[in-house]
Amino acid sequence: MILELKNISKHFGGVKAISETSFGVKKNQIFGLIGPNGAGKTTMFNIITGNYNPSEGEVLLNGKNITKMKNYKIVREGVARTFQNIRLFSSMSVLDNLLIGMDHVTKYTYFETIFRFPRYFSAEKRSKEYVLEIMKNLGILEFKDELATSLSYGNQRKVEIARALATKPNLLLLDEPAAGMNPNETKELAELLFKIRDEYDITILLIEHDMKFVNHLCDEVLVLDYGKTIFQGDIKDAIVDEEVIKAYLGDFKHA
Amino acid sequence: MNKNIRNIVFIGLAFGFLFLAQNSLDQYTIRVLNNIAIFIILAVSYNLINGVTGQFSLEPNGFVAIGAYVTSLALLSEDMKWELFQLEDPSPLILALNLDLIPALFLSGIAATVVALTLAFPVFRVRGDYLAIVTLGFGFIIKVVAINSPEFTNGAIGLNEIPSIINLYWTGGIAIITIMVMLNIIYSKYGRAMKAVRDDEDAAAAIGINTMKIKTYAFGTSAFFEGVGGGLLAILLTTISPDLFQFFLTFQLLIIIVLGGLGSMSGAIVGTIIVIGGTEWLRVLDGPITLFGTDYGAHPGLRMVVFSIILIIVMLFAREGIMGKKELTDFFKKKKDQK
Repeated sequence: MILELKNISKHFGGVKAISETSFGVKKNQIFGLIGPNGAGKTTMFNIITGNYNPSEGEVLLNGKNITKMKNYKIVREGVARTFQNIRLFSSMSVLDNLLIGMDHVTKYTYFETIFRFPRYFSAEKRSKEYVLEIMKNLGILEFKDELATSLSYGNQRKVEIARALATKPNLLLLDEPAAGMNPNETKELAELLFKIRDEYDITILLIEHDMKFVNHLCDEVLVLDYGKTIFQGDIKDAIVDEEVIKAYLGDFKHA
Repeated sequence: MNKNIRNIVFIGLAFGFLFLAQNSLDQYTIRVLNNIAIFIILAVSYNLINGVTGQFSLEPNGFVAIGAYVTSLALLSEDMKWELFQLEDPSPLILALNLDLIPALFLSGIAATVVALTLAFPVFRVRGDYLAIVTLGFGFIIKVVAINSPEFTNGAIGLNEIPSIINLYWTGGIAIITIMVMLNIIYSKYGRAMKAVRDDEDAAAAIGINTMKIKTYAFGTSAFFEGVGGGLLAILLTTISPDLFQFFLTFQLLIIIVLGGLGSMSGAIVGTIIVIGGTEWLRVLDGPITLFGTDYGAHPGLRMVVFSIILIIVMLFAREGIMGKKELTDFFKKKKDQK
């Protein structure tokens, strides 16, 4: 188990966004987190990445408790994420966006920056080479000097994934990576995610509404509804599960 | 390698200009140039926290005041201090403080940085407009402290007869060093992180940037050079009092960096030349005006009216400031691409 969540609950005032959810993600798995809108999926992401503290329960990463860790420290433990609505740094080039992901890997001090010590040059060079390699792998090398927000939607998604990869993660959290993409782009993205998993030896946890995409990609899914787990297991069993159908389509049998 | 040569040539040209200016121009012009150089130091460092890191703060007058007082007190001799301090006897600490210009300026910077670092922790718990208000308060506090601690600052009377050991090599040289340090910071992982904090603070934290630390670095660095600039301002003016470090000073710096383009170093420099130089060179308008043989008389204040109109026009045509977020060197890069 690379990631383990134990009895996670999160309340916002009286609203129970997540109640007593437990699940684990195995290494090199592609794990899907699905459910209707407002089911608590993004809240779950925010808890794992340390943006929220859960009201109860704990999060373990490789057996280490990261429940109360600050978000930027969790990144250094090897968890990277993308956002539902793309959040690239709008004033910077694609290259710089990715280099920011390398921030904690690029090692030199503030003092060394000001006086341009040799370590500055070597560290910058190493980071840049690594980032360029990621760009090449993801097929966005040609855009490296362009303003990140001037790219097409699909390419911005790729840049965001590349930026997450630049933090050298073990676990990659993708919040609706295929949202707003056409079927061709979605197919391409799925292939890309397989490639990323194999080449960078990472585990992927993703939220997605596109069931075809999830079906093609995910080894295991967890279905949430109103903050409760209603199903965990293979996607093929999920789509015939009565609870899941009820959550998505309503209880038509008794209507 | 090419870049290094270009930089050296650039710095050489800048020093050449300083040498020529110091030796051939009249006292008044040199004074204006000194003023411009000092404001370049202040604007460029203010730009680091306000423009590059995007933390809308209004505190530089406080740091400039700290720097000015530290430098003045370090340069004044013991006898002078006894003579100047009329409200209360100078504290032994003040009497013991006696340094040459370079260590005095350095100490000014350090003093401002120390205050900035202590301030950073409470101040950066808030963002946006709230940050502006909190930092605005700091400027007021410094002024009140300066008025109410006569044993250190000689209260509302201020300090006079600060040795006028200024010349263009000091101001211009330190301005060049400041710009170089700022550029070194901006073109590094720290500078990138600062820009990331400006663009989207939450996203920056989500990819591993300790935003609090980055903001503190920017704030501390900016305070250091504001302190140094304050010290230079004190030896240029040779007399300082708490009233000199009103909010107006911050306001002037804010105009400079907004006019030049928030986040652009070249913008801050261009802005300084326009604002500080402009207010000087438009002085003609305050005197009697004769146009086509008709005498229109003198209209004191016309200078500021014209200056305001110029500012409005510039901001109308260049919404993001004269340079936007670009640097002068970016224009050269573009040309190369087109070839």
